[in-house]
Amino acid sequence: MSEMVTMRPMRPVDVAAPREAESQTRETVFDIHALQASYGSNIAIKDVDLEIYRNLITAVIGPSGCGKSTFIRCLNRMNDEVPSFRHEGEILYHGVDLYGDGVEPVEVRRRIGMVFQKANPFPKTIYDNVAWAPRVLGLKKDLDDRVEKALQSAALWDEVKDRLKRSALSLSGGQQQRLCIARAIAIEPEVLLLDEPASALDPIATQRIEELMRELKRDYTIVIVTHNMQQAARVADRTAFFSLDAGESGRHGVLVEYDETPKIFTAPSDKRTEDYVTGRFG
Amino acid sequence: MAAVEPPLTLRGDARVRRRRIVNRLAEAGATIAALAAVAVLGIVVWSIAKRGGSELSWGFLTKDLPLFGQPGGGIAPLLVGSALLVGIATAIALPVGVLIAVFLEEFASPAVRAPIQLSVDLLNGLPSIIIGVFVFGLLVYGHPQNGWAGSVGLAIVMLPLVTRATQEVLRLVPSSHREGALALGASRWRTVLGITLPSAFGGILTGTVLAVARAAGETAPLLFATSIFGRTINWNPGQALPNLPVQIFIWSESAEPEDHKRAWASALVLLIFVLVTSLTARLALARSRRKLNR
Repeated sequence: MSEMVTMRPMRPVDVAAPREAESQTRETVFDIHALQASYGSNIAIKDVDLEIYRNLITAVIGPSGCGKSTFIRCLNRMNDEVPSFRHEGEILYHGVDLYGDGVEPVEVRRRIGMVFQKANPFPKTIYDNVAWAPRVLGLKKDLDDRVEKALQSAALWDEVKDRLKRSALSLSGGQQQRLCIARAIAIEPEVLLLDEPASALDPIATQRIEELMRELKRDYTIVIVTHNMQQAARVADRTAFFSLDAGESGRHGVLVEYDETPKIFTAPSDKRTEDYVTGRFG
Repeated sequence: MAAVEPPLTLRGDARVRRRRIVNRLAEAGATIAALAAVAVLGIVVWSIAKRGGSELSWGFLTKDLPLFGQPGGGIAPLLVGSALLVGIATAIALPVGVLIAVFLEEFASPAVRAPIQLSVDLLNGLPSIIIGVFVFGLLVYGHPQNGWAGSVGLAIVMLPLVTRATQEVLRLVPSSHREGALALGASRWRTVLGITLPSAFGGILTGTVLAVARAAGETAPLLFATSIFGRTINWNPGQALPNLPVQIFIWSESAEPEDHKRAWASALVLLIFVLVTSLTARLALARSRRKLNR
């Protein structure tokens, strides 16, 4: 917990070891203060403070049940769909409280896209999967171009351009997941939240998703939840390590350490992080 | 090494044999009960086909109702009237039933859901004669009999069936589809309209067809609403509409042997309609389930 206290005042300017691109000032996208999320009387995460920066890939790692998914689902208010969900603390998105009065979850999710663990293409054609959200949101102008651009950005265009009218369910698992990414970026969000996007994929499909993330980083801010530490080490600029803490009200997830990815994996400042990344637990 | 062991016997003692007999009896009882269900349906179909089959002809299906005491005649007005009644009832029950199901499955909180679900289930168990009396009191009393009232009665019969069937298929739509749509910034209603309902379309259609088959044979809701009608084809639901179930009832009550034959033949027509629609609906449902689960 003490690490977090020293973390809080840490701003881009006083990063200890400046590394290439990250030595410049970074724009904060999410500024999260004392976030606590619970389902009914079950506290899932507690006292989470962190900042997520623009055009970086931020990985969230940690053992099962430490609240990684709960955390990421707070960022686009997907947890609103769970009736028993409650939160405390605040999540500022470009300085605006995501849970503030009058904030429409629909508007939030339009700007902050999400891709899920299991590819969930709609039972529609490949084209309609990508075109559905733009149509719903009234972005009907040049729809064909929009669909093509999204599929190209998701590195899927060449594989599907001749069969856009085929069912999305005819695609392989990895292709389906890239289709879901295309679907998310078709409405031009600013942030992409990826909730274990490659955990159901084989190594080759996983590699393609990771390459894609490095590409997308130029245009989007990416937050990825993964239980695969190597994946975090490979793709993420910054990594947040969550763990389970046993409190008087039961076990809940806490943010243990948040830093540049190389530091988390080579010189963590918390014993728990070290134990986890060296495979001693988790 | 050679330990002294009793010789292995797998033959079983008296208790084991008794358990085997009880098992056999229970199995036989269950099998007989299952066969009885098939037998009842078989006997009904066979006896109606036997008695009504000889009367059935193209003329019987296309002619107006017979004049009182005269031979010949047909059931064309009954077919038209029944189709109108059931058609209007479907137009009422389908949208309302689907919306109720959407509310229960997609919008309602558990606390609101429980009493509404209970009401739907109770409505399903409501004796149809009570629906008939209700519709009479509400829409017929003080007016002439009319087809609208009969349709409303049939719609009440269909409503819980459509709701139930729709709920069942909505539950089959993977929640990951809804999540995916919501994560794209779609509202709940747009998600229902664009993602959930299209996936459930096949099941809704099937449920509706089953409800149509059920409503086509309902007599009691029509008994007070549309039972005094002319003998020619009537397309106007503002008046009493001739219809199959009520006419079958009237003919079967008649003293004329001719009328009994007509009742059997009409019953056969109704039976064939119900069987064919139910079977196609169930086949279609099985197909759409397979499609959803893939």
